[in-house]
Amino acid sequence: MPDGAAPVLDVKDLKTVFRTRAGDIHAVNSVSFSLKPGELLGVVGESGSGKSVTMMSLLGLLPSPPAEVREGEVLLAGRDLLKATPEGLRKVRGREVGFVFQDPMTSLNPVFTVGFQIMEPLRKHMKMDRRRARARAVELLNLVGIPDAERRLKDFPHQFSGGMRQRVMIAIALACDPKVLIADEPTTALDVTIQAQILELVKELRQRLGMAIIWITHDLGVIAGIADRVLVMYGGQVVEHGPVREVFANPAHPYTRALLQTVPKLREPREAKLKVIEGQPPILGAHPSACPFRARCEFAFDRCHRQNPPRRDIGKGHDTACFWDHRTGAPV
Amino acid sequence: MSADTGSGRRKLVEVTNLKMHFPILGGLLRRQLGSVKAVDGVSFDIYEGETLGVVGESGCGKSTCGRAVLRLYDITEGSIRIDGTEIGRMSQTQLRRLRPKMQMVFQDPQACLNPRMTVAAIIAEPLEEHGRLSGKERLNRVYELMDAVGLNRNFANRYPHAFSGGQRQRIGIARALALNPKFIVCDEPIAALDVSIQAQVVNLLEELQDRFGLTYMFISHDLSMVRHIADRVAVMYLGKIVELAPRDGLYEKPLHPYTEALMSAVPEPDPDIEARVERIILTGDVPSPSNPPEGCNFCTRCPKVMDICHRIDPEFREVAPGRFVACHLHDATQPQSRTRTGQTGATTRSEHIQQGEDA
Repeated sequence: MPDGAAPVLDVKDLKTVFRTRAGDIHAVNSVSFSLKPGELLGVVGESGSGKSVTMMSLLGLLPSPPAEVREGEVLLAGRDLLKATPEGLRKVRGREVGFVFQDPMTSLNPVFTVGFQIMEPLRKHMKMDRRRARARAVELLNLVGIPDAERRLKDFPHQFSGGMRQRVMIAIALACDPKVLIADEPTTALDVTIQAQILELVKELRQRLGMAIIWITHDLGVIAGIADRVLVMYGGQVVEHGPVREVFANPAHPYTRALLQTVPKLREPREAKLKVIEGQPPILGAHPSACPFRARCEFAFDRCHRQNPPRRDIGKGHDTACFWDHRTGAPV
Repeated sequence: MSADTGSGRRKLVEVTNLKMHFPILGGLLRRQLGSVKAVDGVSFDIYEGETLGVVGESGCGKSTCGRAVLRLYDITEGSIRIDGTEIGRMSQTQLRRLRPKMQMVFQDPQACLNPRMTVAAIIAEPLEEHGRLSGKERLNRVYELMDAVGLNRNFANRYPHAFSGGQRQRIGIARALALNPKFIVCDEPIAALDVSIQAQVVNLLEELQDRFGLTYMFISHDLSMVRHIADRVAVMYLGKIVELAPRDGLYEKPLHPYTEALMSAVPEPDPDIEARVERIILTGDVPSPSNPPEGCNFCTRCPKVMDICHRIDPEFREVAPGRFVACHLHDATQPQSRTRTGQTGATTRSEHIQQGEDA
């Protein structure tokens, strides 16, 4: 990961709001991050923390209404995607940014063959003719490790197993050599042994193709294994961000610290009782005027109820949105 | 809870050679074309007060096994004894009388609660069905149960949709507890919950176990969570238990190659450990349970496969005290504390004599 390189993707102050009959839901609040060429950025958070909505907002994949991207900039190689026309966005999706979704059954079209679905972006974006697209599709299926690729092009999604379907999804996302690959919980629906296969495949593909990847998951273990940097989200905000080793070794935000303690480990001494994060995640009915984690935080003090902590730098490329200093154990 | 193998403790649940095959019907006359062998001959015991964890990947039959043990299905073959009573062949009417003793907590707290009933009505339903309490006593019991699982009494008249996933799972647990059961099958009770909520529910289950002396069969695909909650663990693959062992022994040194691969595949939330872990990457997918391979079920993916594995299905047997495994790799190892060792010794000796006689 070259440090000084210009980011391929730069997101600044993104805000997404859902307008519902019951009022506005502020799903993404001032999220900023950048992605350098060839790096893997892990995004962790629980359901409702805004991680998927953030990524969907980047490419205009949310239905509007009810979704509304209120503010922010999404710079892909210097161009603001939020200002792009629908036509312009369509050229970006699948061409410059590939997307892999969580459930490979619902994101593949059951009435078209797998071959057709891999060839579609090649023919639309790359203007390939049928024969070249076909050759490339075979190449892609080989790349993602599907045996007997030539014949399997004629198969329909239901003829593949879950892990194989996810490989097909990855092949489609990689079809046009995108600069950025966004993978939204790509292994959550899979079994651990199949997940291990897919993770191995992604590690290998990264080395070979060198694209930048955003990997969304709720599994801290997956992040620890593959990510270079990690973004921890809670209540629609980035609460902690930094290089993966640094964040796991010195977690700064009380949420990250609690989360790391609440997950039982397989290879470390077993604890008699699990640590618990009491309470529920917040409902984001209004723009946050206080820390979203204050109700569940063991260190919360009066300032946390008055003000939403901004992200502050704590060195080594590590930042956190918290008024409490984990090193001194006192307010900053 | 002690992690000993439970010698001397009472067996609450004894399952022997349980089979649950679902017919595949097809053709013009809906004839049976074959069967899905969801559970294909499993045997295990659960001691009173312990938690038996059942792990495996989707489709391995762990949920079917849990449901079959409670006789939510009419089983194909085998014997199930719960608290000394054989229920394998009982009719559903006879079973009804035993239901208060054995209960179930389901995976999806959204789907297993009737959206048109209030929380009080949901928790009170088993009391109405099986109990003889007056309306007032029943309501008191409902409040008692809500306290036990950590739900606010004031929410008794709300409907399930007003609760979060973790709270709904608490409602499901309260309902299962209503009749003072001895044995509860928890079928993936935390799979649908967020990471920060999972620990809350697991701790609750442990507290309740200590308080009411419950016995759990805890079905899950999450190996780290099973390591936390279970005393002994059964690993299932394609309808069979491949390994059954006390928790610490199993996680320290898995004996079956599948258990080994399964454990190595679990990602650890620590980049340093992640960098060190040697992953055993299994190739291919799980075979179909309607058409399992010949010999050992795992022979199509096993990294340590031998010739014999393609021919003979390994016997599920005790290779060390309390440790059961079905694998040809352990054919040579003899159980240490069994008369069987003596017997085998005897047979070899008699063979020698025969050979001697021939010569």
